[in-house]
Amino acid sequence: MEETVAPPLTHKDFTSDQDVRWCPGCGDYAILSAMKKALPQLEHKKEDYVFVGGIGCAARFPYYMNTYGFHTIHGRAPAFATGIKLANPKLSVWEITGDGDALAIGGNHFIHAIRRNIDINILLFNNEIYGLTKGQFSPTSKKGIKTQSNPHGITDKPFHPGKLTLGANGTFFARVSDTNPKMMQSIFLLAEQHRGTSMIEILQNCVIFNDNCHSDVTGKDVKQDAQLHLEHGKPMIFGKENNKGIILNGLKLEVVTIGENGTTENDVLIHDAYTEDSTLHNMLTTMSLPEFPVAVGVIRQVKDMTYDDGVIAQLEYEKENAKFHSVDELLTSGDTWEVKE
Amino acid sequence: MSTKNATVELDKVVIKFAGDSGDGMQLTGTQFTNTSALLGNDLATFPDFPAEIRAPQGTVPGVSGFQVHIGNTEINTPGDIADVLVAMNPAALKANKNSIKKGGTIIVNIDSFEKRDLEKAGYETSPLEDNSFEGFNIIESPITSLTRESLKDSGLDGKSIVRSKNMFALGIVYWLFNRPMEQTENFLKKKFKSKPEIINANIKVLHDGYNYAETIQAFSSSYTILPAKVPPGTYRNIMGNQATAWGFMAAAEKANLQLFLGSYPITPASDILHELSKHKNLGIKTFQAEDEMAAICSAMGASFAGALGITTTSGPGLALKGEALGLAMITELPLVVVNVQRGGPSTGLPTKTEQSDLMQALYGRNGESPVIIVAASTPANCFDWAFEASRLALEHSTPVVLLTDGYLGNGAEPWKMTKLKDLPDIKPLRIDGTEKDYLPYAREEDTGARKLAIPGTKDFEHRIGGLEKENLTGNVSYDPENHELMCRLRAEKVEKVANFIPEQEIIGDANTDLLVVGWGGTYGHLYSTVSKMTQESKKIALTQFNYINPLPKNTIDIFRQAKKIVVCELNRGQFVDYLRAQFPDIKFNQYNKTQGLPFTTIELAQHFDNLLNK
Repeated sequence: MEETVAPPLTHKDFTSDQDVRWCPGCGDYAILSAMKKALPQLEHKKEDYVFVGGIGCAARFPYYMNTYGFHTIHGRAPAFATGIKLANPKLSVWEITGDGDALAIGGNHFIHAIRRNIDINILLFNNEIYGLTKGQFSPTSKKGIKTQSNPHGITDKPFHPGKLTLGANGTFFARVSDTNPKMMQSIFLLAEQHRGTSMIEILQNCVIFNDNCHSDVTGKDVKQDAQLHLEHGKPMIFGKENNKGIILNGLKLEVVTIGENGTTENDVLIHDAYTEDSTLHNMLTTMSLPEFPVAVGVIRQVKDMTYDDGVIAQLEYEKENAKFHSVDELLTSGDTWEVKE
Repeated sequence: MSTKNATVELDKVVIKFAGDSGDGMQLTGTQFTNTSALLGNDLATFPDFPAEIRAPQGTVPGVSGFQVHIGNTEINTPGDIADVLVAMNPAALKANKNSIKKGGTIIVNIDSFEKRDLEKAGYETSPLEDNSFEGFNIIESPITSLTRESLKDSGLDGKSIVRSKNMFALGIVYWLFNRPMEQTENFLKKKFKSKPEIINANIKVLHDGYNYAETIQAFSSSYTILPAKVPPGTYRNIMGNQATAWGFMAAAEKANLQLFLGSYPITPASDILHELSKHKNLGIKTFQAEDEMAAICSAMGASFAGALGITTTSGPGLALKGEALGLAMITELPLVVVNVQRGGPSTGLPTKTEQSDLMQALYGRNGESPVIIVAASTPANCFDWAFEASRLALEHSTPVVLLTDGYLGNGAEPWKMTKLKDLPDIKPLRIDGTEKDYLPYAREEDTGARKLAIPGTKDFEHRIGGLEKENLTGNVSYDPENHELMCRLRAEKVEKVANFIPEQEIIGDANTDLLVVGWGGTYGHLYSTVSKMTQESKKIALTQFNYINPLPKNTIDIFRQAKKIVVCELNRGQFVDYLRAQFPDIKFNQYNKTQGLPFTTIELAQHFDNLLNK
């Protein structure tokens, strides 16, 4: 058998011929670039990637990837992605969504995709604002901020994408900021390798309508103290001096300084992303400034049956144990009668 | 010694089983239907039940009915009124007071005519004791107590015993119409496979009911209906929703595609989801989505990924699917949306039939968004129209709305089965892989449809979406002239379907005094009425539309030849308005009904006579 070895794919292979139309300085550019660099590191063929978007700035992502892509309707991208994956489980399906698309109009589809654990990857670009409709508050906007649609300050309480994911029994949740291209790449790879719904919250900056919304977490001068980079099996240590850690005090997390009050590195929690119990994952997901750093990296990654595997296994079982194997046989099964000439 | 009374041959008979919604009347009616079908009778059924699963017991709103019309001749309707009524309680009698023929036979369960039962039905005194039913042949049968007596040694609890009383009633009717009991016995054995005591009890009660009818000599005779003279072939009894499901399965096999159904439960469409989800052994994937939108969107995702994507719903669900259907239209993806219409607007009459979603199917989307619309017209031909809807969607790369209705979906009739080899092949419009520089929105000359490239196909990566697309490339385009061009091309593609469908047929002489026009599920009633009036030498003809958008090309020629036209539909005139918009120089009369019920042939004949005599 003849074998021709195709040259390895590069990020250029994933660049479509369309002009990218995000605002200059938009955080989306960095995410797009990280994605194009991550995909060649995976084993799929280029034609097996499908990018699905809903509506919003983020959701236009598929137009800029030279893969199969479907720019759909507001909020429903998880349902399209589900249909695509069920019809052809070999495909690598990526849903690109925003905080309005996924958590407002599409909230129902979002939680149900996660609940089923269908093997797709969801990238939620969270900029805490509606960009494409010009600056209304979103379900993740911080209480009190003033927007076009509530100039007196919003009175809504925000949703927490990570809590929603875990509440829907999500098997994979990661958080990363658009300012960290390396971490984005590595998380995209882990997400694709994870079997099940991989939900990635990207702290993304909207330069026009909500500039610097994540600066207190992602700013160059603050990030070391404001972020806890979680890696499975590694101690939860952070800070400029690398001397702060997270411990469990009773039923609550606490920030400690190593070397103070007799605290040693051994007292610090070791991150276990693989444990099924989501109690600690929930606590880590909800850590917020100023009391705590914000957790980034893979917070939860647990093995479970995927929805698509379940569907296929059931089909295979029924095929093997079938009484009939064609529509003709079905039509003539059961009670029939013959009318002669 | 058996003293079998004389058996009288009848051409046809209409029987109605009515009782409380927990009395098992649907099952009883279905059993009588299936047994009669196996005997070769032609038939039509009309299940009529409340939207509540257990409406207040014993009340008129809680009455569940099942009407079946059987005959040795062609049967096209479930019958206007019943010859025989089985009324399990006073409410069932009251609810059907006007749907039983004068002088007809009424079998009542006299055990349920106590004071309390009468009160619940709103009777002050028993209608059997005043002259409310004078002239009717009333058979007062103690069905509940005889069932109890029959099963007193069965070891079953009281509740289970009383629950078997529908089999006693069925036994009576089986004797009255000389039906064998084997079919029902086999059904019971299968249904209660793991509960032999329930099987035995039901079979015993069935036989006891049969024997009771024979013994009491309350019936002057028993009746028989000989097999109908129908074309030779293999037949089975089939319900509309089941036929729809099977039509899709046949289409997928003939197109050599996987079948994917995305659906959300809704009355009266859910049986299509139930039926398809049974057949995983044939590789069918069914996805019960979280809502109507997810249902259609998952089907479109599957369609994009290469499957035959379908979604099933009823009126309110179609409203929710509207935006996604527009996306299927602009992306030009094959998709079939089934709307089993019910009484609307809003939640309306979930279990009743209507044809009032035609305008919604035609126009219920934003923007210029024409889609192909076809309608089934009998329970059995739901198979053909599901097949045809799939063919059109796949060969013309466009969504198709298939309209059926509650009457077709729940109704049953004998079906002369098709063999798959006798059905046309379906050729999904796909790239063959040799094309250089794939243009996703290049069009075939004859159909104006685009060729699909399926994810997973090397070198054909492309993007589709809901933003207006540039002609040929499919890239996003805001160019004014391109938008106008694309609106035209998409509309023309649907119009061109008229070149690929048969001509509209007329039943009767085209040169007629009165042309009756119908569409979809009213066929049986319109046909019965028109053929009876034709036999009476009236100059009347019928044309029933299955292709709604586009209409067959010869439609205008048919209309031009008739002296008078009346368009009959179960809504306030949606099809007639559609026709008026297309053919402004033709005068259309209209006849409409919005009662959640099918037409009756009596009311139709009366109206047609008036028009003929005007």
